[in-house]
Amino acid sequence: MAILVKPDTKVLVQGITGSFGGRHTQLSLEYGSQIVAGVTPGKAGQKFEDQVPIFDSVKEAVQESGATASAIFVPPPFAADAILEAADAGLELVVAITEGIPVRDMIEVKAALRGSATRLVGPNCPGIVTPGTGENSHGGCRIGIAPGYIHKAGDIGVISRSGTLTYEAVWQLTCNGLGQSTCVGIGGDPVPGSTHLDIIKLFNDDPDTRGIIMIGEIGGSAEEEAAAWIKENCKKPVAGFIAGTTAPPGRRMGHAGAIISGGKGTAEAKIEAMEDAGISVAETPSQMAEALIKIL
Amino acid sequence: MNLHEYQAKQLLAQHGVEVPGGEPCTTADEARSIAEKLFADGHKMVVMKIQIHSGGRGKGVFKDGFKGGVHLCKTAGEVHEKASAMLGNTIVTKQTGEAGRKVHTLLVASAEKIVSEFYLAVLLDRETSQPLIMVSREGGVDIEEVAETNPDAIVKLQVDPLLGLQPFQARNLAKALGLTGRLIHSGAKLIAGVYKTWWECDASMVEINPLCIVENPDGSQKVAAVDAKISIDGNSLYRHKDIAEMRDLNEEAELEVEASKFDLNYIKLDGNVACLVNGAGLAMSTMDAIKHYGGDPANFLDVGGGATKEQVTAAFQIILKDPNVKAILVNIFGGIMNCNTIAEGVVAAAEETHLTLPLVVRLEGNNVEAGRKTLSESGISLITADSMADAAKKVVSEAAA
Repeated sequence: MAILVKPDTKVLVQGITGSFGGRHTQLSLEYGSQIVAGVTPGKAGQKFEDQVPIFDSVKEAVQESGATASAIFVPPPFAADAILEAADAGLELVVAITEGIPVRDMIEVKAALRGSATRLVGPNCPGIVTPGTGENSHGGCRIGIAPGYIHKAGDIGVISRSGTLTYEAVWQLTCNGLGQSTCVGIGGDPVPGSTHLDIIKLFNDDPDTRGIIMIGEIGGSAEEEAAAWIKENCKKPVAGFIAGTTAPPGRRMGHAGAIISGGKGTAEAKIEAMEDAGISVAETPSQMAEALIKIL
Repeated sequence: MNLHEYQAKQLLAQHGVEVPGGEPCTTADEARSIAEKLFADGHKMVVMKIQIHSGGRGKGVFKDGFKGGVHLCKTAGEVHEKASAMLGNTIVTKQTGEAGRKVHTLLVASAEKIVSEFYLAVLLDRETSQPLIMVSREGGVDIEEVAETNPDAIVKLQVDPLLGLQPFQARNLAKALGLTGRLIHSGAKLIAGVYKTWWECDASMVEINPLCIVENPDGSQKVAAVDAKISIDGNSLYRHKDIAEMRDLNEEAELEVEASKFDLNYIKLDGNVACLVNGAGLAMSTMDAIKHYGGDPANFLDVGGGATKEQVTAAFQIILKDPNVKAILVNIFGGIMNCNTIAEGVVAAAEETHLTLPLVVRLEGNNVEAGRKTLSESGISLITADSMADAAKKVVSEAAA
């Protein structure tokens, strides 16, 4: 099947009336995803594209639509509040696409969500896609900003901190005839809602995921933690890639979390930990699918 | 965003942290009058420190041979003389590289009588997503070295962000530094103030090195932040107008400042293969691929997810201002972005900049056929590639040719 979302998962969009949120809601609808409600405080009663009802609050949207997942597109100053509102309304899954949320806000959100039943993915992430079985994977569940058509329904799980690098991996898989169970972008921020390890565990337990591609980058130690767990527990073949071998220390490489500081978070250390865990690490980003095929 | 020491000390003082009295200045005359005030207040000695975003200031050497970016002075005349020698002069330290850094500002402050030195920092613990306070009895030295040679000397405390730092926790940290008696309170107050500064200013890091026990003129002692380094989370600047104004463009590379005007994320590196990519992860791995095939990347450049023709043109202009560049690689995975828009941008930019350097283009994704057609029919000289590896190989061989 898939993890986190299925083709019939009902999704609401917070920030549906913004240009970015609106554009990607439209693309998700075209992909065949079940976008059942939108939330923009003060705009209740309106409809997005004459189709999706808009509500003032997440709670009302959930009551009326039965949504279990949310995509957040609201601007950075209001994003932490949007995440907390979604959790308060009892959503199972909240996917924060917004880029540029202050770290302090995310520290508070993460602390507030401790022990909560809500799973947060993101922020600053491309979102989640569980491909459908139609033409160009139409009919799947697309939450976020990833291009739907590059996917293909299948049994490989993909997890990554980066957007376009994920698309690169997915496209390589699809071109090699390997479909995906679910593709999860956890985002490039230093305080992510879900880590590599959180998602790897879900893939490990998913009977319909046969192999995993894990894409990481410099900064932090989340890849090392995932590798240590994989070494002891993972039943499935894992291939990987780490971006940033050539990144200079002390400089932020685009993503807020992609920084080598105090000698920590280097690509070398991550690659070493992954290889030690038996993960097939691609030498170049062109070989991510190949690295997995070798060990399937 | 990094701050200067004097700016860091201003923020710390606003949050109740004891810092040595002093002021920044940009002329030798101002330096003298600040020093005169400090001497009139009874201070026996002042310290003058150049304000640049770089470590190793004390041991740096100016381009004209003048030694040291940190000086102790006993008279206002001496301050004037040293300030004249340093202001407008360019210093090379172990962190500036050969180009060095021009000195625009000095901090003139009272030179405290230091009894002992410690280390204190507040930062984000990425493993737990909580604030982390680190203290060490070994102050005034490189903390990374301490972590390697004597890790037990570093005491760490994670703070519950919803509760904040509790007074007893601050006292325990002060005790961990070996402070006793009344100094426990002085130390705890300072630690609490530093944590508050970190939290309220949305800092990525606050580092006090050294944190010192200093002796007052009357012989009593107190704890003070003798040096301070603060970096601020750039995402938070919308709610800190005062801190945003502290940005010093003199300290940033010219091309990086230029790129930021166009919302481009550009970092200059030392190689000769330029790259233009959409997305941070793809941009990093494009650099890696160039290196893998024996080349050396000239830059990191992420044009973002929704790049326009104007941004692509600006990106080319910035890349071409780097005289080391011998070849350019454009690597675009147009997921949602229309590849044809990018292709049109590349053609326009190549024409506008009268591009003569070899250009390798790898396009993939949405509307890619139209994009490839636009490129091939444009008449501009370029090399197409069908994968990242292929593109990297080709651009490396062009740069070496």
